[in-house]
Amino acid sequence: MKYTEEHEWLDVAGDVVTVGITAHAAEQLGDVVFVELPEEGTEVAKDDEVVVIESVKAASDILAPLDGEIVEVNAALTDEPSKVNEDPEGEAWFFKIKVSDFSPMDDYMDDAAYKDFIGD
Amino acid sequence: MAEEEDAGALKKTVLNELHLELGAKMVPFAGYEMPVQYPLGVLKEHLHCRASAGLFDVSHMGQVILRGPDVSAALETLVPVDVCGLPDGRQRYGFFTNEAGGIEDDLMIANRGDHLFVVVNAACKHADVARMRAALEPKGITVKLLENRALLALQGTAAEDVLAQHCPAVRDMRFMDVATLPIAGAECWVSRSGYTGEDGFEISVPNAAAMDLARALLGEEAVEPIGLGARDSLRLEGGLCLYGHDIDAQTTPIAAGLNWAIQKVRRTDGARAGGFPGSDTILAELAEPPAMKRVGLRPEGRAPMREGTEIFDLPEGGAAIGRITSGGFGPSVGGPVAMGYVPRNLSENGTALWGEVRGKRMPVTVAALPFVAAGFKR
Repeated sequence: MKYTEEHEWLDVAGDVVTVGITAHAAEQLGDVVFVELPEEGTEVAKDDEVVVIESVKAASDILAPLDGEIVEVNAALTDEPSKVNEDPEGEAWFFKIKVSDFSPMDDYMDDAAYKDFIGD
Repeated sequence: MAEEEDAGALKKTVLNELHLELGAKMVPFAGYEMPVQYPLGVLKEHLHCRASAGLFDVSHMGQVILRGPDVSAALETLVPVDVCGLPDGRQRYGFFTNEAGGIEDDLMIANRGDHLFVVVNAACKHADVARMRAALEPKGITVKLLENRALLALQGTAAEDVLAQHCPAVRDMRFMDVATLPIAGAECWVSRSGYTGEDGFEISVPNAAAMDLARALLGEEAVEPIGLGARDSLRLEGGLCLYGHDIDAQTTPIAAGLNWAIQKVRRTDGARAGGFPGSDTILAELAEPPAMKRVGLRPEGRAPMREGTEIFDLPEGGAAIGRITSGGFGPSVGGPVAMGYVPRNLSENGTALWGEVRGKRMPVTVAALPFVAAGFKR
């Protein structure tokens, strides 16, 4: 598992990466009440805003961590945004991206580095 | 967070230690370190308050005593409210106005027999006290901002049953009654009122007794502590204005739809018509309403429309016709809710409008306020 400074977790399986937000991020956001997902098949570039999350407090974005194509989205979150708080690092993944350029991966944190990053 | 101020400069209420002990997330608010939420979280705190009872620390608000000859008539020079006709033991909502007819702050005014007790917003309290001193001291009125009392609010359907455990006399109070009552061994100034749209009480308690009272109330099964986050969503569903957002120095009470708070006696042809700042503008607007009006707004779908969202009368093209002043997710409504200003001719309930969210126009419908039926014991 890799982590970004935007508090995303990246689970790599072959050339497909599953993306979600960390438990720390979910807690900081507070109760999530709205999730807007990208369309499957969308080509995205690293740092594109691909998901909108609204919590009781504020709106925030999830950025594409890598260049690639969105191959699957977790449509269940649209109807049940509260899953993001209940199981952020499991059931509540946001999208899967078929990656065309893995090179930014080297900059992302491993588990220990992320724990350090959030001061845990 | 951009809004955070220098934490060292923040004041603390006498319940600060209790908030920390309860695991609250503390944020700067109006110069105070205040709990924005407890471990339960905003959503569950909100729902719990409506279904049962919630305890709020609102000690940051300004509690002011006005005392002196003809104090009610004196205060009427600052507010378009019938203060002289407010009976002993009753409270009334009001607002300070400015010369342009705008609202400088909103407040609660209680007649406590030989004096008036007013509660003003935390962010405005020093300006309010200065305003009252300037206008009222020359009339022989003393204006005293109390630093020795805390303010708690107990709100929700179970509030009466909970408070009656500690003071049975509260059962006899009606909405907007005020009384001096002993609770948890202290002399409390209790009003049956609040800022959630639910039944409930606001309790002014001496600082020295506040911690014991808060712990006694939190010790009741029905009560959870509620932070500022849920306080905001509760009042929004209740259709209640937040000063600095839904009403401000540029907004008149008539545009804000607060006509009901200006009693007949202060209106044109009333026995004490006018005589408050901006009365020409405000009384004229009562006869001929201003162009814009505050309304409830229900966005379609799940995406909240927050403060600052521009409102349009067309799905594309054209200029903005209005703006949202408070908006978010309404946990009891189960969807997004908002308030804002739109032209009067587009203010009828059911009017279809659009709000621009992230560059897209999303449907929003003008809706009746409050979003959740009030639970007041009248």
